[in-house]
Parts: sequence; structure tokens; C-alpha cells
Amino acid sequence: MSSALRTPIPSSEQTRSASDVRLSVEQVSYAYAPNPSQAPLFTLEALSFHAKPGEIVAILGPNASGKSTLLKLISGALEPLSGRIFLNGFVTHSLPPRTRAQRIALVQQESRLLFPSRAWEFVLQGRHPYGSGLRFDTQDDVIIATNALTQVGADHLSDRWMDKISGGEKQRVILARALAQQPLLLLLDEPTLHLDIGAQVDLLHNLRRLAAENRYTVVVVTHELNLAGEYADQVVLLQKGKCLRVGPPASVFQRELLEQVFQAPLSVEMTSSGRPRVTIFSNT
Amino acid sequence: MRPLTLGRLLFRCGILAALLFVVVVVALKMGAVQVSLYGLGRDLIRVLLRQSSAISTDYGMIVLDIRLPRILLGIVVGASLSVAGASFQALLRNPLADPYVLGVSSGAAVGAIVALIIENHLALSPELAGLITPIGAFFGAALTIAAVFFLGRRDGHIDSSTLLLGGIITASFLSAIIMFLMNTLAGSNLRGTVFWLMGDLSTPQPRSLLYFLSFGFLVAAGAIYTTASDLNLLLAGEKEAMHLGVDVPRVRIVVYLAASILTGLAVSVSGAIGYVGLLVPHVMRLIFGADHRMLLPASALGGAIAIVIADTLARTIVAPSELPVGAMTAMAGAPLFIYLLRRRLT
Repeated sequence: MSSALRTPIPSSEQTRSASDVRLSVEQVSYAYAPNPSQAPLFTLEALSFHAKPGEIVAILGPNASGKSTLLKLISGALEPLSGRIFLNGFVTHSLPPRTRAQRIALVQQESRLLFPSRAWEFVLQGRHPYGSGLRFDTQDDVIIATNALTQVGADHLSDRWMDKISGGEKQRVILARALAQQPLLLLLDEPTLHLDIGAQVDLLHNLRRLAAENRYTVVVVTHELNLAGEYADQVVLLQKGKCLRVGPPASVFQRELLEQVFQAPLSVEMTSSGRPRVTIFSNT
Repeated sequence: MRPLTLGRLLFRCGILAALLFVVVVVALKMGAVQVSLYGLGRDLIRVLLRQSSAISTDYGMIVLDIRLPRILLGIVVGASLSVAGASFQALLRNPLADPYVLGVSSGAAVGAIVALIIENHLALSPELAGLITPIGAFFGAALTIAAVFFLGRRDGHIDSSTLLLGGIITASFLSAIIMFLMNTLAGSNLRGTVFWLMGDLSTPQPRSLLYFLSFGFLVAAGAIYTTASDLNLLLAGEKEAMHLGVDVPRVRIVVYLAASILTGLAVSVSGAIGYVGLLVPHVMRLIFGADHRMLLPASALGGAIAIVIADTLARTIVAPSELPVGAMTAMAGAPLFIYLLRRRLT
């Protein structure tokens, strides 16, 4: 019983072979204008990429490059101006909220709670899309939430108040709530922000393991070049709403390209594991 | 992990209901005519157990025909205001929201007075005429909360302090309108004005109206209760709730309409009683936590208890004269409001 519930119950869609494409972003573009009659303030030019179960995709780019917009488009919160985003063949924007929440979990930059709650209450919220209307949590919900906390190594935090734990601990609980949603697609918006280096590596390491164990497709927006280089299977490099390159880190992390995008002198070397490592020099 | 179960919910509500019953019995005893508590409790339980059909003793008429209807009215009003307050707090993501502070009660009072004035010009049957006031109060409440919501928006976001300030300004503007309407159009009526401004339960209401109010309360509070677990997620913000599968626009419209109905119902019979909708949900949250599946029924029962106590004090503390019940709730509520405000600012 408990071993069957340790990993999320595979849906019928999930039982297809792992080589299938799960997330496919096809020629997606977007324009943001505060007023429809005006020229858009921000545009995201058509871009495409595909991701399989178990893959980690990192979206990289300087500020205002369209990273978060792309993530919102993938999550279905925004409707693309053109192109479409499919998750197992369904257009993400057209899914009803409840169905969407069963397939896509989003870890956002930390939000303030109006009234404090305990960590376990917070994680149980991830089960919300599986109930209808007014519901009480079932025994399965409790087992799934407990396992989610265990998977991120946070079971000892279960009874703590959310406003009384450290940033890294909170980030783990937020991730646990996303896992409790049993999603196919896990989206993270700058999850390493406000975390110390140890906690950052810890989080990415967890993500790597969870993606492999539970066959999640993970899309993560980040500023951390080296973490993306170390942990991502694919990198989407954005600059001012343009997609400059998509591919494995080794092919995207070119010195000239990164220097031009991030406006800083840097060097790229390959580690023994075949992962690129970036060193940024000071301008002087 | 100790998730809320139906059993625990019912157990806690049972305790609150028992407390409400005790408070009601004490309230029935208190008053200008002394009644023995023991005899009263014994008679009431007999009536409830259907062993006898009525309280046949000499104080029966006072207790059943004067005090009991007023207490029942207080129960519905207190429950309505508290559930409306808890809902507004979640909907606006503001722990200081309450129908009175936001000006919604004043809006409902203006709506009710306008309805009374219109009613005088229409020749309606008495049953129909009685329903006009609550409906007018509902529209007054709905329009006011829409206006305050609009005033509180800044760059597309609800700004907490702007919202509160907008509500307070709206309330004082509407109080002036009430003053004007009561003393010019409806003829000089100081007691009526106090009724609408401060909140008062001393006006006897027909039994049919009590049934109508109870029915309205059950429908509106029931509608809000169906969104209880959605409201829990809304506390973390609308975007986050949406990503957890909450149909945010639907929840918003259901809660907005139902909370306006509750405010309208309460205000149409009691005027603008303040701070109950603020104080009671906070006390309940301290005891039972912020889970709306527990908080909403607890607030309903707690609000009933609070109003019955406040109204009993209001009619006994300066006996043989009486205070408006709103004066009692403001005396307890305003200091708590300031405490909550200061705790938020630090």
C-alpha cells in the first residue's frame, strides 16, 4: 500500500514510453501591451523546444529577457499570441483550472501568507485539485503529502509554522506541495533566489533525483549559470525576448555568446563530467 | 499531520452550539422581570424534548414573545455578519476587512432606507413590503463593496491600507446620507437614525421576516461554505490559488454576492452593527486555526454568541433604559481593531 503510493500514481498518459515528447512548445510568441492600441512594451519572439519525461530544462537569460513570461505561457496562465504549447497533446492554456493543476505544478517565488499555517497544512493544499468542492483530506492524501515531505527531506518540518522556518526549509516545503500535486510537469520560477549556496545545490540535486525517480519534466527559470550547466539536460537562452539558442548546456555555453548576452567578461571550461563551468571576471 | 476531519469539525461545532444554548438561556433570564434560571432551563429542555408544549408559567409570555424573538434575531444577525467578515477577509486578503469597517454595512443601510422610502409610495401587501428592505439592503451592500474595491485598487493590485481608508471614507460619506434621508425624506426620526448608524436589535420584527432571514442566511452561508477549501488557497494569493486548481473568478463572484446578501440581511433588521465581523473570525482563528472549513461554521456560531451577549448587556446594563447593541460591540471591537492594526504595522 505505502510502497505503491511512494511515487506518484502514474496516469494512463504517463505509462507511454519515456522516449515520447511530453512538453512541446511550438513557435510560441507573446506580446505585452498595457493598452491594446499602443505598441507592445515587451514581445517574446516565436520559439520552440521539446522536453521528455525526466528531463530538466533551464531557461536562462538576463533580467527582462522574457524568462518568467515563457514560464507563465508554459503554465497556461497566459495565452500565447501565436503558436501552441502542448502537454501530452493537450494545449495547456485550454485546460480547466483543476485539470491543469493535476498536471502542472508551479513553484513560484516565495509568497507571503496572510495567516500562518503549519508545513503539513501547506503541503496538503497540493491535494486540492484532486477533490471536488468542499472536501476533507483522505488517508491517501495524507500519505501522499507525507511522502512528498520525505522526498524533499523535510519530514522533520511537518509540524513547524511556515513563517518560523528558514528560507531553504521553506523552499523545500513549497517543493513538497508541488510534488503532492503529482504533476507531469514541474515548473520553478527562480527557486534558488534568497538561498545560500549550500541550499541552492541541495535544491537542484533534489530536483535531479526527483525528475529521474518520478519522471517529471522540469522547467526551471534561473540566474545561476553554473547550476544550470551542471544539472540541466537542455538550456533555453533568452535575450530581450529573443530565443538565442536551445540545446544541451555544452552546446549553449559558448564564451562569446554568454559574454554578449550577460555583458560580462567570462570564461567557459569543461569539467571532467562533460559539464560546462562558467567563471565571471570583474570588469577591471 | 492532523488534517481536519468531519468528526472533529462536528465535535467542535457541537461545543460551540452548546455554549450558544447556555448563553441563550442566560439571556432569556436577564431583564427587567426576574426569572429563575433553574426553572427556565428545566422548562426549555422539556419543550425541546417535546415533553410539554409550552412554558406555561407566568413569565412564559415575556420570555417567549419578547425576549426569545429578539435573541433569535440576534443569532441570525451575528452569524451573518461574522461569516460575511471572514469571507471579506479572505476575498480581499486583508485581516482587517469587515462589513462595517469597509462601509458595506452603511451602504446596506442606505439601500434599506431607500427601499423603505420607495415602499411608502407603492401600495404593497404587508408580507411583500417586509421583503423590500432586505433586498434594498443587499443592493446597497453589493454596490458599496464594488465601489470600495475600486477605490482600493492601485496599479491593478488591491492595496491594503488604501482599501481600508477607502472603506472608512465611504462609511462616513454614507452615514451623512443616512442622516439626510432619515431626517428630511422620512420625517425627523432620531431613534431611527441611531438604529441605522449604530445598530440596534430592539425593534420587534414579524415572525415571517425571521424565517426569511434564516433561510437567506442558510443559502448564502452555504454558498460560501462550498468554496471553503478554495478560500484557504486564496489566502496565499490569487495566482497561486489558480495554479492549485482554484477557479478564482467563480469563487470571487460567489463569495462577493453571498457576503453582500449576508450583510444586507443583517443590516436590514439591525442597522450597521460594527466590529462583530472583524472580532469574531479573529478569535475563532486563534482557537481553531485559519482553515475556512472550520472557521466559517465556528464564526457563525461565535458571531451568534457574541451578539446575544452584547445585546443582553445592551438591554440590561443601563436598565430600565437601553443602549444600542452597536455601542457594545464598538466598545469591545474598536480597541481590538487598533491592536490588530498596530501588530500588522510593526
